[in-house]
Amino acid sequence: MMTFVATVAQALLLLALAPLLTGCIRNWKAKLQNRRGPRVWQPYLDLLKFLRKDMVISEHASWIFSAMPYVLFTSTLLAGLMVPLVTVAAPLSLFGGALAFVGLLALGRFFLALGGLDTASAFGGMGSSREMTLAAIAEPALMLAVFTVAIQAGSTNLSRVLQAAQGPGWTLLNPAYALAFAALFIVLLAETGRIPIDNPATHLELTMIHEAMLLEYSGRYLALIEWSASIKQLVLMALLANIFFPAGIATEMTPGRVGFSLIVFLGKLLVLAGAVVLVETTNAKLRLFRVPDLLGVAFILAALALLSTFLFQ
Amino acid sequence: MPDLLLKLSLSAYAFGIVAGLAAARRDELARLAGAGAGLAAGTCGVAAALSELIGAPGKRVAFNLWPSLLPHLRLGVRLDPLGAYFLLIVSALAIALSLYSFGYVRGFCGRKSVGALAAFFNGLLLTTTLVFLASNAFFFLIAWELMALTAYCLVSFEHETKESRNAGVLLFIMSHLGTGCLIAGFLLLFQASGSYEFESFRRLGVHLSAGRRDAAFLLFLVGFGVKAGIIPLHIWLPAAHPVAPSHASALLSGVLIKAGIYGLTRVLFEFLGTPPNWWGVTLLSIGTVSALLGVLYALMEHDLKRLLAYHSIENIGIILMGLGAALMFLHTHHPILATFALIASLYHTLNHAIFKALLFLGAGAVVHATHTRNMEEMGGLIKRMPKTALCFLVGAVAIAALPPLNGFVSEWLTYQSLLLGFGTTSSLIRLMFPLCGAMLALTGALAAACFVKAFGITFLAQPRGEPAAQAREASPTMLAGMGLLAAACIFLGLFPSALVRLLAPLTLELTGQRLALTSGSILTNTRPLGGTVSTLGIALMGICLLPIPLGLWLVFARHSRVRIGPTWDCGLRGLTPAMEYTATGFSKPIRMIFKALFRPKREVQREYDYSPYFAKTLRFDSHIEEPFVRRLYRPLNRAVLRLSRRMRTLQAGSIHAYLIYIFVTFLVLLIFAL
Repeated sequence: MMTFVATVAQALLLLALAPLLTGCIRNWKAKLQNRRGPRVWQPYLDLLKFLRKDMVISEHASWIFSAMPYVLFTSTLLAGLMVPLVTVAAPLSLFGGALAFVGLLALGRFFLALGGLDTASAFGGMGSSREMTLAAIAEPALMLAVFTVAIQAGSTNLSRVLQAAQGPGWTLLNPAYALAFAALFIVLLAETGRIPIDNPATHLELTMIHEAMLLEYSGRYLALIEWSASIKQLVLMALLANIFFPAGIATEMTPGRVGFSLIVFLGKLLVLAGAVVLVETTNAKLRLFRVPDLLGVAFILAALALLSTFLFQ
Repeated sequence: MPDLLLKLSLSAYAFGIVAGLAAARRDELARLAGAGAGLAAGTCGVAAALSELIGAPGKRVAFNLWPSLLPHLRLGVRLDPLGAYFLLIVSALAIALSLYSFGYVRGFCGRKSVGALAAFFNGLLLTTTLVFLASNAFFFLIAWELMALTAYCLVSFEHETKESRNAGVLLFIMSHLGTGCLIAGFLLLFQASGSYEFESFRRLGVHLSAGRRDAAFLLFLVGFGVKAGIIPLHIWLPAAHPVAPSHASALLSGVLIKAGIYGLTRVLFEFLGTPPNWWGVTLLSIGTVSALLGVLYALMEHDLKRLLAYHSIENIGIILMGLGAALMFLHTHHPILATFALIASLYHTLNHAIFKALLFLGAGAVVHATHTRNMEEMGGLIKRMPKTALCFLVGAVAIAALPPLNGFVSEWLTYQSLLLGFGTTSSLIRLMFPLCGAMLALTGALAAACFVKAFGITFLAQPRGEPAAQAREASPTMLAGMGLLAAACIFLGLFPSALVRLLAPLTLELTGQRLALTSGSILTNTRPLGGTVSTLGIALMGICLLPIPLGLWLVFARHSRVRIGPTWDCGLRGLTPAMEYTATGFSKPIRMIFKALFRPKREVQREYDYSPYFAKTLRFDSHIEEPFVRRLYRPLNRAVLRLSRRMRTLQAGSIHAYLIYIFVTFLVLLIFAL
């Protein structure tokens, strides 16, 4: 029963919070660029608008095109339910840990890329090709960093990883954690399509990656895809925030603890979002074939993180 | 009971061979006999294997096929858990492939001898089964050679094309290289035990000197490695597997290369005893390199069946990673961890057999319908062959190791076995395993990219050629064969506990451990807190979450309409298939990123009148050659040819010279005798 409540609560939290985070990032980014920017609530209104709109579906599309938003949405949400947000125990942590989490995100991406190819548009194909390539290059860094953290905890279960990170000292002073955090931060930028790698605000088809795949989507399908992208961003940021800055997270299920933890969690997210905004505004988008270098750096950082587990024990 | 079932199975295959040859003139009859025999034999084989693996450990099934005529040669058949597990793989595939072949072989009617095809196909199934069941080295090698021969016949079945003939010859040569090593390896063991029986080889490693043990390891590694297709011994595999008829390709890629894995498991875990560290390191490194290079070369292919063949190399690599990890754990005396890694590797062996066969059958249906293997001429097939497309998609999701299908489960186990290395005290393991895990992650992600390409370019968007536009759905039996395998992918994904239980008697025999890794539908690594996964839970939760997006639709979008329109074409008038993304284009970023490895050669010829930007004709040519062919095999080939030219001067054709040779040999022998 408790698990059921926790699952529903976490699902609702993910659904409700994700657009707000996207809105905050957009708003702050605009502020830093001396624009007034859209209000932080704008993504909610966008979603509502998309949901109500009529759809145009390409004549070349097959059922894959229509199934994709549903697969993407559910797999992303499912992945989100495996990550501890405000309590140490994630609702579905028994159903899968870090590996299943990465697998579910990959499942969503697989269908997203197929959806891009389905409409016979060159842009869609280009987006799919680039998305899959960059995801592949980011994967070893992601996994190696996850392994390092999992090894420290002796478990791939994300709740256990969190418990291990809650030791007496501040874990980020442990070089293994610090380096893994740096690696995962770069991977976060890549996975959420942020600026040095992909530009979420671009309207030039040739430079798009994520957006190029969605070019043919409209109406409620677009709403689902945009929402999943927000959820994925939220979940990845939550993972980073909670594993590397575990302070304040609720270990018991009392209302007071959970409420406090929620506030701390929001604070951590906003700080991390601020960091992402800073990176976005102070950097230019990299050329596509420079991106592997950046992700290579992430891999090296993760490898160093692994090595440092030997040095400092 | 398994005794009888096994005999029935073997005789059904034999019947298939005889009936196929007897009905060589009557295509319809041969088709029916070939498929029927395979189906019956496969069913009996599955039943026999399951009764051995599930049933109470009693008396082992063992009998002689034929009374012995020569000393040492005993045609003995024996069913032990390891053999039974591989028997299960080959028999399960035999059922699906025979079903499929009934519809598929119709394409050969009147053109080729269907009877011969049925005979070869059943022959390959029979000999492969015998390889897994042989109870002594002598019979094993006979079955092994017969298997290679029938495989050769199937590969060069369409011998009208030069490609098939060359591939067959290459397979033949490489296969014999391997067999040579195997003979040497078994002779080494024979020297120590004095018998060819596998039973006498058990734990023989302790009686061998370290040098001999290492030599035996290397010989078996090369011998079985050729068959398994490990890099750099793989060059025959992408040449041979695609040119065979598709149900045979499925068998070659699904089962035949697993004979190499079977051999390695049998020899390393049963015969050679506690391994030194470098064996495991070697296997793990070879596995990692094979997995990574296999998928990278697969990405560069636009021939659908060759792409799948390269993926076999990748998956063999993943299997070997598990085996290597198990050996290293054995070396450091962690039998439980070794058992876990062995389970991961054997689970992946079965999974790969199932999804690779499924993908080859899907590719076969596509090739059958479009008459080309080139993906650049396909496209849009999901509308013309919806059921084939669905089956292929299941296979693609499975091989890309995405939850909740079977590929994910076995890769999860492999990751976990690599992570478990941290529980040991060996620094080598603790450093090497996570790095190999990261490479496995790269492999997995690249495989996902490759199957987005394979499925997307083949089945989605507009048809790129006339045959693809005219394609028709595969026949019902072909679909049944594919559907069966797709269902197996889903079952093995959602219910891993069933298979883990089957593997218990096997691991008990090989490492002396049995692990209960499952509680309910939840799969754990060896420690309950170390990590869990439940694919069934994931699937069910996914279904539970589906009402959310559907509910949104009902609440907000009830009144919205759906319009069908053209794809955005930048204001041009109409998109043509020529504007679609191609398979080559799709993998271009990866080709660029791994340029140093691929060294792509490209040639562009432009003809223009005024400015190069207004070309009249454009010719683009790009190809990639594997460095192994250029750097290793070609020089080797040249050296062999040069040597044989030298040798030819000995064989001058003069009878006087020959008489001198005989005389000299005689003298030398006499001197030795004295």
